[in-house]
Parts: sequence; structure tokens; C-alpha cells
Amino acid sequence: MKYIDEFRDGEVARTLAQKIAAAVVPGRRYSFMEFCGGHTHAISRYGLADLLPPDVRMVHGPGCPVCVLPIGRVDMAIELALDHGVILCTYGDTLRIPASKHLSLLKAKAGVGDKSGDIRMVYSTADALQVARDNPGREVVFFAIGFETTTPPTAVAIQQARAEGLKNFSVLCCHVLTPSAIGNILESPEVRQWGTVPLDGFIGPAHVSTVIGSRPYEFFAAEYRKPVVIAGFEPLDVMQAILMLVRQVNEGRAEVENEFARAVSREGNLKAQDRVAEVFELRAAFEWRGLGTLPYSALRIRAAYAAFDAEKRFALAYRSVPDNKACECGAILRGVKHPRDCKIFGTVCTPENPIGSCMVSSEGACAAHYSYGRYKDMH
Amino acid sequence: MTEVKRGYARPLDLQHGRVDMSHGAGGRAMAQLIAELFAKHLGNEYLGQGNDGAVLPAPSPGERLVMATDCHVVSPLFFAGGDIGCLAVHGTVNDVAVMGATPLYLAAGFILEEGLPLADLARIVASMAKAAREAGVPVVTGDTKVVERGKGDGVFISTTGVGTLPPGRDIGGARARPGDAILVSGTLGDHGVAIMSQRENLSFDAPIISDTAALNGLIAAMLASGADIRVLRDPTRGGLAATLNEIAAQSGVGMLLHEKDIPVQPVVSAACEFLGLDPLCVANEGKLICVCAAADAERLLAVMRAHPLGANAARIGTVSADDHHFVQLVTAFGGKRVVDWLAGDQLPRIC
Repeated sequence: MKYIDEFRDGEVARTLAQKIAAAVVPGRRYSFMEFCGGHTHAISRYGLADLLPPDVRMVHGPGCPVCVLPIGRVDMAIELALDHGVILCTYGDTLRIPASKHLSLLKAKAGVGDKSGDIRMVYSTADALQVARDNPGREVVFFAIGFETTTPPTAVAIQQARAEGLKNFSVLCCHVLTPSAIGNILESPEVRQWGTVPLDGFIGPAHVSTVIGSRPYEFFAAEYRKPVVIAGFEPLDVMQAILMLVRQVNEGRAEVENEFARAVSREGNLKAQDRVAEVFELRAAFEWRGLGTLPYSALRIRAAYAAFDAEKRFALAYRSVPDNKACECGAILRGVKHPRDCKIFGTVCTPENPIGSCMVSSEGACAAHYSYGRYKDMH
Repeated sequence: MTEVKRGYARPLDLQHGRVDMSHGAGGRAMAQLIAELFAKHLGNEYLGQGNDGAVLPAPSPGERLVMATDCHVVSPLFFAGGDIGCLAVHGTVNDVAVMGATPLYLAAGFILEEGLPLADLARIVASMAKAAREAGVPVVTGDTKVVERGKGDGVFISTTGVGTLPPGRDIGGARARPGDAILVSGTLGDHGVAIMSQRENLSFDAPIISDTAALNGLIAAMLASGADIRVLRDPTRGGLAATLNEIAAQSGVGMLLHEKDIPVQPVVSAACEFLGLDPLCVANEGKLICVCAAADAERLLAVMRAHPLGANAARIGTVSADDHHFVQLVTAFGGKRVVDWLAGDQLPRIC
């Protein structure tokens, strides 16, 4: 595959691995958080940890859209499908997220009691718009989740629906903001006060950064003295970023560096940012799975577009639902615990029967470790 | 005496006609559908007996019977490289053949949805007949039912196959031993990606064509080589990953694969990249996995490569001793990971 295989070359990987091994200062330990689920997936999928020296440890971060979505939000989507009879369009990953009453969108689709939800997997917001055009007699709601990568397409869909006069389309907006999550981790007592989670730097998001640019991370580098290297989602990108982070730590630097310069600029995609700003505004508070309720950490639809806001249209109320007591997703999302520290990991909680959200998407730390890495715990 | 005229029956309208409820009601319309469509294409001496079942010759002394069944539901019904008709033949023929048996007969059950164009049905049955002829396995008995519109997906076909197994041949999922070689007969993921890209309306520069094929010829050649074949299996749903995990669990062993040795067409891996899928978890309909004694691996590979359906056969790994029965993969990148069962459907990731 042209343009992809180049970023998965085993030879180059070995050279990079040697460079990292040579750069590591003997006796010093390095802990880096890869913020994004995309990086978690690449690290697990390509067995990257095997190529790193033992003193370089990767900590999985909360940047998996599915993992940070709280139960209450999935409940709202299920309510729309079952009680309001809408056609609910959603990205594939969200179908299996565990919700209240042992439900998930997948189970709601199959049927609960005498009701079953018309829930459809779409690849893009354009597909959801098409469903609305094809079903003028039905209400169609797009379940919009994700970080800044998926936000602009939602904004465009809302604008397009308005331009076309689509009266039966609305959006359940659950978009969240990357910098809020990073800030929350850096402010957490485990990192800031107790130091129980050693964090020497971040691998910054790939796709998110194509939209927001590299500038938002400058604050973290300056304020918290943590180096950030923005990296692509290919395994060689991740290796290169780790090398850059090791060098920053060794030299006592805390800067934002851009490994993913082929797609990310300092300013990001201004057009996309404009669209987002036109349709969305900050939410005063939003509950995240694992991180709790964070101020100004998510987006909601502006009053000017209220007609397309499913929360208003169907008078939905958010109800916070605590996670299963045994589930350690919260601590895992903050990097405080590793999946193998969770008592129910791999026993009660498996990809077939996810209790916590980290076991749902292959970007989730638990699912990635279960599917790709758990042999290491046993041998 | 007045002459009794034979009642005139209008022939089936195979151009514009559709399946209706009468085609499953047991009356003349059903008899006509069977005569003019099913018997016309699939006809053979057994089907021609017109009885409720087929009377078949007994196997030779010492031989055992192997029986396998497979239900086929696929959307779209017609896809690049095949359709549900030939798929229904290949799937069951392959299930019998990977037991080391010679497939001899097929039974077919059709569940038709009211409204299905008869032209589509004729195309499907003709394709089925062609596949059965090519595989040398006739459809000897069958059944048809019609369900109301909205209660089926055009057509569902269930096929059952019977074959004979010669004395002493023992091939099964529990026979893999540490040290054995793991072979595949060709490129992986072609069928699933062909279906998926058609479903999602994705087109690629090079078309992706389903690999659906009957493997009994290839398997016969492999068995004739005298190589010590322990396991044969066709990696259909769940792909290579599911099939190898099944074998590892049944045999109580582990496996170590090498990603760089696993044949995947570039266009298939590109499509998987695009759709967020793993080619190792995608369905195949004309490929087999073979576990054999390591000493016989090269000889067997040469036999496979000499057959048109095994031209891209490759050795992809080795069976290992592992109490946890993990299937592991050395990635092309140089790291190691588990190749796990799929959890539910493969769902595309968000970012």
C-alpha cells in the first residue's frame, strides 16, 4: 500500500528502536502518555512495546471517544430510539458501549420488551443526512460523539440540514474537547501532588491536531513543564515521537514538537474551526467517564441552531449514572491503573461482555490489552 | 365422448414475475416453480425421482459418512465474484471436504421472500447448479418455503452435504501438535472485503472479487500427496483469527504467526485500512488453513501451489506449546501481539 507501508517498515523501526535505546540515560525511567486511542491501538496492534527499552513505559490516556462517554449519555440515545421512536444514526464503535439496565445500543436495536430501536450504523454525518432525506416522515437523530476530529463534520451536517430545510434531522451532541482532558490529567493529584503517576511527557493527538493545530498544547508545555510531541497514528510516527520525547527529557526541555508535520500546522484547520464555532458553544459542564464532571470540557449546539438540537427537541434530561463498582475504567483512563490491575479485567469484563467502556473499542486501553497484549501477563 | 383438454398453465414469467405466497403454498404454483426453475437447473437422477427424499447408494465397507450443514444469508445477493447460489454450494462442499471426506451429495432448502424477482431466483439457482456441476456434487433433494415480504432478505439458502471418509483418515481440529507447520492456500480477506465494499458502495481502482470456490479438488490433491495433514479448515466468518483460535483451543496448543508471511492482496489491505477492518478477521469462502507435520510442509506447499486454487499458498507460522492457547503474531513491524477472536461484528473505529 503506497503511502502507508512506508510508515510500517520493520527495518526503519529497528533503527529507531536502536536510537531510542541509545538515547535512554541508564538508570532513568521514562513514562509517556499517549493521549489518543489511535496511538494506543497502534502500539498494541504492532507490538511496539516489544521494541522499546524496559525503562520506557507507555501510559494509555483517555483519548478514546467511546471510552469517555458516560453511561447517562448512552442512556439518552437509547431513550431516543426506544421511547421517541426516532431513527438513531451512530458511528459503529458506540453500538456496544454498556449503558444502564444491562443495555447497549446493540441490545436496544435487537429489542427490549415489546420495543425495538431503529438504530443504524453510519460511516459519516453525510450518511445520517441521507437517512433523514430518505425518511421524511420519521425523526432522524445523529448521535454525535468524539473529540475535535469528528466535530467539524457534525457542524457541517447541521448547517447543511438547515440549508436544505430538513425538518426531521437533529443531533445529540456529545462532542468533547481534548485540551480539557489533558489539563484534567495534569491537575489530578496523582500527577501533580502525590506523583504516583509519573508523567514525563505526552504524545499529542494526530487527527485532533489537524483540526485544532499544535498551539493549544503550548500551554501544557509551558505551565506544567511537560514535553508534547504531536504524532501520526502509524507505528513509525509513534516510535519517532518517543525518541523526540526521550531527547526532550534528557535535555530538560518542555516544548511542543510536531512529528506529524505532514498534516498538522500550528494554527490547525481554520475553516473547520470557524464552522465549529458557528454551530457550537462551550458547555458549562460535562460528565466524562473516568474523569468526572469537567467545566467547559464539551460542546453544545448554539441557540441559533436549537431546532437541530435533539436534547431540546425531545426535552431530554441528563441523568448521571455511576459506573459499575468493580470497574477501574476511571483510574485506567487517568493513567493511574493498568488494565491488569482491575479485578474484573479478562474475567467478568471481556470484549464480548464489556462492563467498562475501555473494553469496548479497540482503541480502549483494556480492549487493546485484552486483544493484543494479555499474553504478556501470563508468561 | 368429449375429449378432456389438458388445462393450460401459463409458463413462469422469468423476466418480470415475482415470488408470491402461492409459490410456497403446496399447490400448482409451487409445483410449477419446482419444475420450471429448480428442476430445470439442478435436475439429476436423484432429484428426478420426485420423491420426498433421495435414495442414495450405501458407502463402501469401512468408509464412514461425513455430514455438514451451512445456512447462507448474504446481502447483497449478487456480489463481485459470485452470488448466494454458488456460495451455498461452495460453503457446504468445503465443510465436508475439510473433514478429509469426498463430498458426494447436497440437500438444499430455500426460504424465499415474497416479492423476490423470479429472474433473480433463476440466476441464483443457475449459479448454484453450475457450482454443483463444477464441484461434482449434485443437489439430490430440496425444499422451498415462501415468507411474507419484509420477513426475509430476498432469499436464504441452507445446504447440507454428505460425503465419505476412507478408513484410517483422521483429520480434525484437535490434532495440531507443537512444531507443526501452519499453511494457508492463498490471499486472505477477499470475500469479506468484496461484500463489504459493495455494501458500502466503495469502489477501488482494482476491483475486489470474492474468492468463493469449492475446495474439494485442491484438498483431494493435498490428501493424495501422502503428507501428514493434521487439520484442515476453511476460515469463513471470523477469518483466519477465529479459525486459528478454534484450532488452538481444540488441540490445546498455541501458535506463532509471522505477519510478513501472511498473503493479503494490496487492494484488500488498502480497503481494510479504509474501512477500519483487520484482514485477519475478515471472511474467506475459497481458502483453507492446513496444519501439517513440519517435515511435510514444503512438499505439501508445492502440491498446493500446483493447483489453481492454491497458487498463493504460503506457510504462515508454527504450532507451539502454550497452556493458554494463545495465537500470537510477530508483526511486520517487529513486535509481538495476540491474534484474538473477534468480539461480535467488526465495527469501524471512530478516529
